[in-house]
Amino acid sequence: MLLEPAVTVSGVLFALGVLGVLLRRNAIVIFMCVELMLNAANLAFVAFAQQLGVAGQIFVFFVMAVAAAEAAVGLAIILAVYRHRHSVDLRNFNLLKG
Amino acid sequence: MDGTRIIFWAFAGLAVVSALACITRRSPVASALWLVVTLFSLAALFVLLDAQFIAVLQVLVYAGAIMVLFLFVIMLLNLGRAGPTDLKGPLGLGVGVFLAGLLLVQLLVLRQTGLATGGVVRPSVEQGMIPSVARPLFTAYLVPFEITSVLLLAAIVGAVVLAKRKL
Repeated sequence: MLLEPAVTVSGVLFALGVLGVLLRRNAIVIFMCVELMLNAANLAFVAFAQQLGVAGQIFVFFVMAVAAAEAAVGLAIILAVYRHRHSVDLRNFNLLKG
Repeated sequence: MDGTRIIFWAFAGLAVVSALACITRRSPVASALWLVVTLFSLAALFVLLDAQFIAVLQVLVYAGAIMVLFLFVIMLLNLGRAGPTDLKGPLGLGVGVFLAGLLLVQLLVLRQTGLATGGVVRPSVEQGMIPSVARPLFTAYLVPFEITSVLLLAAIVGAVVLAKRKL
């Protein structure tokens, strides 16, 4: 049974995604790390679906749809911000800083 | 160790190594390409876990559509060159590594406790094929499926409104 190794790999990938979000300053790379976290969660869903029935795989389907919508809107936001600040570095996005 | 397990660990190692490369490369294009490698090896893991249809979707939607969108935006903003490093300073590095390590330890401890569910192990040869995924999708999960279409429509309209210079 591959459940336990799959959940281990899923945890490692999720932690790597969190690490990327915490370490990088490039907005696009941070966004890619969020996608990495979503994929780690998908791996856990698929691993449990092998034991507990097909509902997990259907949930992965919905996660993918939400991720596609999120990528489209998020990249549009990054484009809009780039037009004002001419940078995707998070240090330059400080309009709300007191 | 049987063959499945060896292949599983090979692709799992590839996924972790390329994820590590993805979060450390300086150029966003290199990061995106390493993420594509991670997504492909995850698709291979999905096949090994009896989710063939999800694996095909992973390659088509993630590695195909979403990553092309990312690369397209990187090219559009002309960010392809590796600039000065965008990693945070020593303090941010320490805090980030500490928090991610803490999360990893928590996830691995959590794995020890609850996995012995003893759930029904089904004859799972057919499970990941299209009919067995599609039938519940269009019966039991029909309403969420339709709501997904509204979500995608909202995303399309939102992306156009946000990215257009002047409406």
